[in-house]
Amino acid sequence: MTPQYVLRTEGLCRQFGTFKANSDVSIALPHGARHALIGPNGAGKTTLINMLTGVLPPSAGQVFLREENITSLPQSVRVKRGLTRTFQINTLFWGLTVLESVLLAICERKGVATAWWRPLSQRTEEIEEAMTLLRQLHLERDAQRITRSLPYGRQRLVEIALALATKPSVLLLDEPAAGIPAGESREIFEVLAALPSDVSILFIEHDMDIVFRFAQRITVLVGGKVLTDGTPAEIASDPRVKEVYLGESEHV
Amino acid sequence: MTTAQLAAMFLPRRHESSLRNGLADGRWRAAEWVFWLVLLAAYFVFPERLVLGSQILITALFALSLDLILGYAGIASLGHAAYFGIGAYAAGLLAKHGFGEPLTGLALAAAVAAVAGYLVSFLIVRGTDLTRLMVTMAIGMVCYEAANKAHFITGGVDGLTGVVMKPIFGAFEFGFDGKVAYLYSLIVAFVLFWAVRRVIHSPFGLSLRGIREGGARMPAIGAPVRKRLIAVFTLSAALAGVAGALMAQTTQFVALDSLSFSRSAELLIILVLGGAGRLYGGFIGALVFMVMQSWLSDMNPVYWQFWIGLLLVVIVLFARGGILGGIETLRDKLRARHPEGAQ
Amino acid sequence: MIASFLGVLFDGVAYGSLLFLVSIGLSVTMGLMNFINLAHGAFAMLGGYVTVMLMTRLGVPFLATLPAAFIASAVIGIVLERALYRRLHGASPLDQVLFSIGLTFMAVAVATYLWGSGQQPVHLPAFLTGQVHVLGLDLGAYRLFLIALVVVITLALGYMVERTRFGAQIRAAVDNKEAAAGLGINVGRVFGVTFALGSGLAGLGGALGIDVLGLDPTFPIKYMVYFLLVVSVGGAGSMKGALVAAVVLGVFDVAGKYYVPETGAFIIYALMVVLLLLFPRGLYGRRA
Repeated sequence: MTPQYVLRTEGLCRQFGTFKANSDVSIALPHGARHALIGPNGAGKTTLINMLTGVLPPSAGQVFLREENITSLPQSVRVKRGLTRTFQINTLFWGLTVLESVLLAICERKGVATAWWRPLSQRTEEIEEAMTLLRQLHLERDAQRITRSLPYGRQRLVEIALALATKPSVLLLDEPAAGIPAGESREIFEVLAALPSDVSILFIEHDMDIVFRFAQRITVLVGGKVLTDGTPAEIASDPRVKEVYLGESEHV
Repeated sequence: MTTAQLAAMFLPRRHESSLRNGLADGRWRAAEWVFWLVLLAAYFVFPERLVLGSQILITALFALSLDLILGYAGIASLGHAAYFGIGAYAAGLLAKHGFGEPLTGLALAAAVAAVAGYLVSFLIVRGTDLTRLMVTMAIGMVCYEAANKAHFITGGVDGLTGVVMKPIFGAFEFGFDGKVAYLYSLIVAFVLFWAVRRVIHSPFGLSLRGIREGGARMPAIGAPVRKRLIAVFTLSAALAGVAGALMAQTTQFVALDSLSFSRSAELLIILVLGGAGRLYGGFIGALVFMVMQSWLSDMNPVYWQFWIGLLLVVIVLFARGGILGGIETLRDKLRARHPEGAQ
Repeated sequence: MIASFLGVLFDGVAYGSLLFLVSIGLSVTMGLMNFINLAHGAFAMLGGYVTVMLMTRLGVPFLATLPAAFIASAVIGIVLERALYRRLHGASPLDQVLFSIGLTFMAVAVATYLWGSGQQPVHLPAFLTGQVHVLGLDLGAYRLFLIALVVVITLALGYMVERTRFGAQIRAAVDNKEAAAGLGINVGRVFGVTFALGSGLAGLGGALGIDVLGLDPTFPIKYMVYFLLVVSVGGAGSMKGALVAAVVLGVFDVAGKYYVPETGAFIIYALMVVLLLLFPRGLYGRRA
């Protein structure tokens, strides 16, 4: 019996001293979801992602991946189970080439990263897979460039490539278009739109144009709590949401 | 043939990459052949300097062990001499108590040092860079104190004497001329170097560099960072232990000083001087450092200490990649100036 | 038995307060600038040698040399901070360690060249030698003086940090550099003055410590572990942490040497490892 929700939380809370970053957050992602998480800065969105992925332990509440309680599992184990994220601030392998970075992720996934006898260049299968992924993201001409030498926009694509290399079933994207001028974020979202429909996606985004085009469901987080949750049409017409974004235009 | 072509042929690229996709391919470069042949030739060319030669090889192996964790995994250790000393005492004591077969001594030293490294590695994988430095330093000092206090076993400040080595394979005896010792050290160093080289060029080597270059991203791609660090630290300790054993066997003596903080600090300097994370950095550093030290041995030690200190400051401020790093930069500049020579 | 225990305690506190005086500068430097400065002991050594030189060459009385020791170390501190340390603010911990080890070697070499490798004697003024009878115990007068002086300095520092504007600037910068700069605080100047203050206090500690810790060119290397221990166990950037750690360390070290002399410095190092494992960020360290 396949679970109804591929990722689910119950009453997730996180406190830092007296500051409540998240209170009683319960969200549910069905299979193949395209779910957006929006809210003003400081609403606790990234903290939520950190708890979902195991970077931060929750102060209270549980996280379920396909109805399996993963609340106490470390981040790397969750990735192995198919739950991967990208970071709002590029968190890359700065001194490695793009190909090396993606190759590393693929080798980790396939469990061959501990192979210590044969050289890297003989890993033809993994290299093939890496190049295919790079081609999908239009990064193939940057394959041999050192990550830190790439322009920001391309680094952002590498950020996504690393996550895709783990072949996730649930992908959490933390502001994938962060720092990219509104007009140029098309490339990123083409990539995301091309993702297979059996990958369930939860993404944080401020660019409302993208949110409304891409999301099937939206959760609004304010002050660490879920304000409301619904389809894009419902959210767009909800007066409370408009109040939260008072004075802000479509593009934040 | 242009200068750039010559340079490209002789000097390794970063991570010894292949030409097609920039990945490590394990092919031996011409410069590497030359390097090892020169070391072999030294046996014939400098017969009166072979004792120093063995010391350099041993230190180079020791530096290689530090390079594994420092240059590749990115963990700074201020107490690596502990494993060198543990290996030295293990092999020395084994020989002293009647089991003078050299290769057994090496194996035992590697095993004991590996166990020590394994135990310590659990302490290393937690905490910040600062606590790691402190912990490695403290453990080094604990080992020093332990060896000092246990002078009934280790000989304390006077060192461990009575290390009697049997001939290697029953045929090659360690003589005062240091010839057998040199070849022995060279072969052991080469074999271990070759193994480390394979590790560095393998996917595991890539994951080590991943830890160094993006420690925050590693768990996010499913890599168990702690396990990797424990593995590499254990391996590194084992190598340091073998280097220590070689020292004990070739000099037939173990000094308490081999465990000291100064030794750990000196090793760090040697590695940084040669260039960390470049496989041969330890060798180059050991060669330059010890040759200089031997040339300047009649200099007032105060001057030596001052200039080493100054060298260190200068390296950190201006020449972070050490000697090999400097050569790399030079090669990149040559290549930029003569693009038709580049491949 | 109790008397000797109290005696050990007293000596330990005196020793600890000396360690605190030297280490507080290092703690703030590491907490403020995230800079691991293994050469910190060299500033203490400098203060010690300044005192010795003034006393032996110019016949200056001991107490009068103390301000000079403070000032000399503070000045050298500012100069080095401006010229060298500033360049390494963003550098990796390893680079900082290597750099400061290099500086330490240079300092040790210079000290050996100028003053020889022997221990430096110090002639304390008469009223500070001998014992003082307090509450049925015979306590060393000099150690009593040390503790009293450090208490005064600690209170003064505490007042400065809590009540003055400069102190507030330091606290802000330790807490969050970027935010502090955003508030208009000249973080660079705060660094410089703090570094100078810390180095000066170290110099003062070095001068005061000649009698207790000894003074020879290897001082920075010998005691480096202790200073770093105080800072890493107490938590970088925390004055309270440094104080607690220093006193605990001092007491344990003296007690160890008194009750179990065979184990030597073993206890201290083992204690350090244990504490660091239990409190990776130090007893009062800042959270991530």
